[in-house]
Amino acid sequence: MKQMFFHLMPYTELPDDFRARHPSVWVDIDAGLFDPRRGHAMYNEFMDELEFAADCGFDAVCVNEHHSNGYGLMPSPNLIASSLARRTTDAAICVMGNSLALYNPPTRVAEEFAMLDCISGGRLIAGFPVGTPMDTCFAYGQNPSTLRARYYEAHDLVMKAWTTPEPFAFDGRFNQQRYVNVWPRPIQQPHPPIWIPGGGSVETWQWCARMDYVYAYLSYFGYKAGQSTMQGFWDEMARLGKDRNPYRAGFLQFVGVAETRAEAEALYREPAEYFYDRCLNVDPRFAGPPGYTTEATLRAKVQSQVAQAAGVNRSSIKGMARTWEDILERGYVIVGSPDEVAERLREVATDLNVGHLMLLLQFGNMGRDLAMHNTRLFAERVMPQLSGLFDDQWEDRWWPRPMPAADRAAPQPLPQAGGTR
Amino acid sequence: MSGPSERTVQVNGQPCRVWEAGEGEPLGFLAGLGGLPQWPPVLERLAAHRRVIAPSLPGFPGGLGHDALDSHLDWLLATRDLLNEAGLAEGDLVGVSVGGALAADVAAVWPHKVRKLALVGPFGLFDAERPVADVFAQPPRKLGEVVCADPGRFAAFTEPPEGADVTEWEIVQTRAMEAAARILWPLGDTRLARRLGRIRADTLLLWGEDDRVVPPAYAQAFAAGMNASTQMRTLPGAGHLADLDQPDAVAEALLAFLG
Repeated sequence: MKQMFFHLMPYTELPDDFRARHPSVWVDIDAGLFDPRRGHAMYNEFMDELEFAADCGFDAVCVNEHHSNGYGLMPSPNLIASSLARRTTDAAICVMGNSLALYNPPTRVAEEFAMLDCISGGRLIAGFPVGTPMDTCFAYGQNPSTLRARYYEAHDLVMKAWTTPEPFAFDGRFNQQRYVNVWPRPIQQPHPPIWIPGGGSVETWQWCARMDYVYAYLSYFGYKAGQSTMQGFWDEMARLGKDRNPYRAGFLQFVGVAETRAEAEALYREPAEYFYDRCLNVDPRFAGPPGYTTEATLRAKVQSQVAQAAGVNRSSIKGMARTWEDILERGYVIVGSPDEVAERLREVATDLNVGHLMLLLQFGNMGRDLAMHNTRLFAERVMPQLSGLFDDQWEDRWWPRPMPAADRAAPQPLPQAGGTR
Repeated sequence: MSGPSERTVQVNGQPCRVWEAGEGEPLGFLAGLGGLPQWPPVLERLAAHRRVIAPSLPGFPGGLGHDALDSHLDWLLATRDLLNEAGLAEGDLVGVSVGGALAADVAAVWPHKVRKLALVGPFGLFDAERPVADVFAQPPRKLGEVVCADPGRFAAFTEPPEGADVTEWEIVQTRAMEAAARILWPLGDTRLARRLGRIRADTLLLWGEDDRVVPPAYAQAFAAGMNASTQMRTLPGAGHLADLDQPDAVAEALLAFLG
């Protein structure tokens, strides 16, 4: 099993009364709440944490894209990934990812991902999310009615740009380019592994199956809520005649490790409550621009809501938990001693059949010291208990294939500069 | 209430419903946000005096094919084709809200095909000092509070009738908002300002006094942009979909202007 370190880069100093005084952490969040000097400190701490995780032996470091968002400070995850490509040596660099329809032309993504793959010596995982409505339709003004068609076309264009060995003209529905000719080209041929972060739509599952891409379910609501979605995914894979290779899937989970469960509860309560209370305070008016959700998914959703109301799955309609007791009860965050966490994660990975576990070990307003403590404990005492899982039975065909380590360049010590000092 | 006759015409190979009622000179009607999930009182009033023809634009209740229309030119040509197929190649045209933006464009691009034009709270322009409201960033059950002075009117108009498949009914209402978004996203500005000056038809600019979507002050911008005779009227007790809030007063104002 792959154990991947995921960072959202949340702004850690939203005020205590944020939920009471501010309607949304996203889209129209008060710009006055961002202190650039504190932002300087946060970015540097977060990048320390990512580099430390790579150093501790996580299989990958993961970053993602959000816009006008108080819990995700990476409008351009590629900037962070670029720095990580230089400051890490072996970890895969998972950009989860670039929202294809937002780039004009979308070949920008083909270029930047190729750069990252070159700089890192072939360690890139290329994530292609549609993007949330908040990011795409509201913060970036994309028309919800054309977003998906644009996304699929941009995907086709990027893939063609990576796999066509000469310049070509692209005459798409939304994009026209006379000369598509990506320079540089990715190290990984024909292209880096493609992962698709998604919600729970059947169309996305089918598309991942058809394209042989990884489906990553990036929920903030933990393994209990994730169970039905992953069950749906695997049922659909079975229906399409695909194997149950757990490496077809990725799953995100918040985790807090300490020497004892009591200590873990004491340490991680505040950052978890900060995340669920302040960071997920999203104004519901931004959640559903018309056309963002396909009619097929709407039908399925309405039907499942009817099923839920009938008592099939009552827990998921109670609304989001914000208190520590509820957060733990519902499994949003897994806390405990290293052995307890390892045991629970083994169950999660096995039950959900997920080979790519994406771990949020910094969350909410957790500072660098605690984040690194959590990261180190996980790496030293949880990771070894899980690393062999699935590997006797399944091959991860969706993992980067970097250049041999001996052939890869590394940052070199600088010669003496010619200054006066 | 006698209700309309119904037929289906093809636009880009997709079916679009045409409702028709009354006798006399044809009067075209392009509906506002949400379209016409049912035959509305305002058309019943108008049909007592005119032959009212209300075609459904693609994606609005009764019409399909919005997802093939990408550019504003696509929408404009689809509107033109729909009007032609519905028997509205020439004559008087009324447009409300999103239908108003397209009616104004039809009158601008084919100035000799529109005799008199009536726009009720039309989209199409944007003034950063007085921005058009974001009708697409509304939880579904809140939309009525934004588009009507009396939200109960919108609720009643969009409520599923007895025996309807509730899932499909909701999908039709959502599709109507998607089609409007496809035309108007993100600001409601269809760049109509560049073409307003081409309109030749006498024009009535009718606004609900309580329009919380397109502020009534936009009437001045419309009038100033046109090289045509314009009349401005605002109606008390009416919001953005003034025809839902005050069907009698809207019908009366339209008939007084159109003759």
